Amino acid sequence: MELRVPAQAEYLQLVRAVVGAVAAADPGITSDRVTDLRLAVSEAVTNAIRAQQQFGIPDRVIIRCNVAESSIEIEIADRGPGFDPDQALDLPAVDTPERLDHESGLGLTLMRQLADETVIESGPDGTAVRLVVRYGDQ
Amino acid sequence: MVVYRGEETIDRQGEPLHLKIHCSTKDRRTVLTPLGDLDMAGAPSLRQAVIREVGEGHNTLVIDLSAVTFIDSSGLGVIVGALRRTRSHDGELVLVCPNPELRRAFELCDLDRIFELHADLEAATSKQGSMPG
Repeated sequence: MELRVPAQAEYLQLVRAVVGAVAAADPGITSDRVTDLRLAVSEAVTNAIRAQQQFGIPDRVIIRCNVAESSIEIEIADRGPGFDPDQALDLPAVDTPERLDHESGLGLTLMRQLADETVIESGPDGTAVRLVVRYGDQ
Repeated sequence: MVVYRGEETIDRQGEPLHLKIHCSTKDRRTVLTPLGDLDMAGAPSLRQAVIREVGEGHNTLVIDLSAVTFIDSSGLGVIVGALRRTRSHDGELVLVCPNPELRRAFELCDLDRIFELHADLEAATSKQGSMPG
């Protein structure tokens, strides 16, 4: 399955619905894992949309979904200017007043916690995020 | 008693967003109840509502997430910002969050350590303490 959506926030709901439906079609996956996948994909597509909007890049964001035995793999590709995931800002400790100054910065954290595998390949021509969620007996 | 104050759908760039915000008053506290998804599309509407309420002096807020169907880091970020905005005006923010899927998002980001997630509006407003008359 492949989706190509405009880099607009209004399409996030559609992406979540389609990815959720594809995953839920496998009777082996639990509803909790489908929920995890929808949230992880939402974060990745949000980052893709932001990257392109920030620089006025009109290309569509591509979402590819591959279902294998006991796993599902989603790739999200954008044409933004890229970033270094290792340089992502560390948020202040959650119990400090400074933490409240940061309304963003949780997307990568959530993706990495929710997916069993998160691979980010980023360069000046774009970013591809690969998320793998496994379920059932491995 | 809950006093209904209105409901709004905020348009952005001419496109209607899939988030409505129900606004009411309960025991002198302002209750914002978003209906829909708190993501990159919907979260800005909640941010605007919080800024407006705090700007009008309603700095003790309840955000009732009972009718929120999805939340991601965009929505969580706006709620973190709402806490900062209310506290900077000597107010407070209380959350109602009965949905386990939403609670899990808070927990994954450790935000359950700074927010108490109440099961319903009664629990949230009773916990908040009495308001000055």
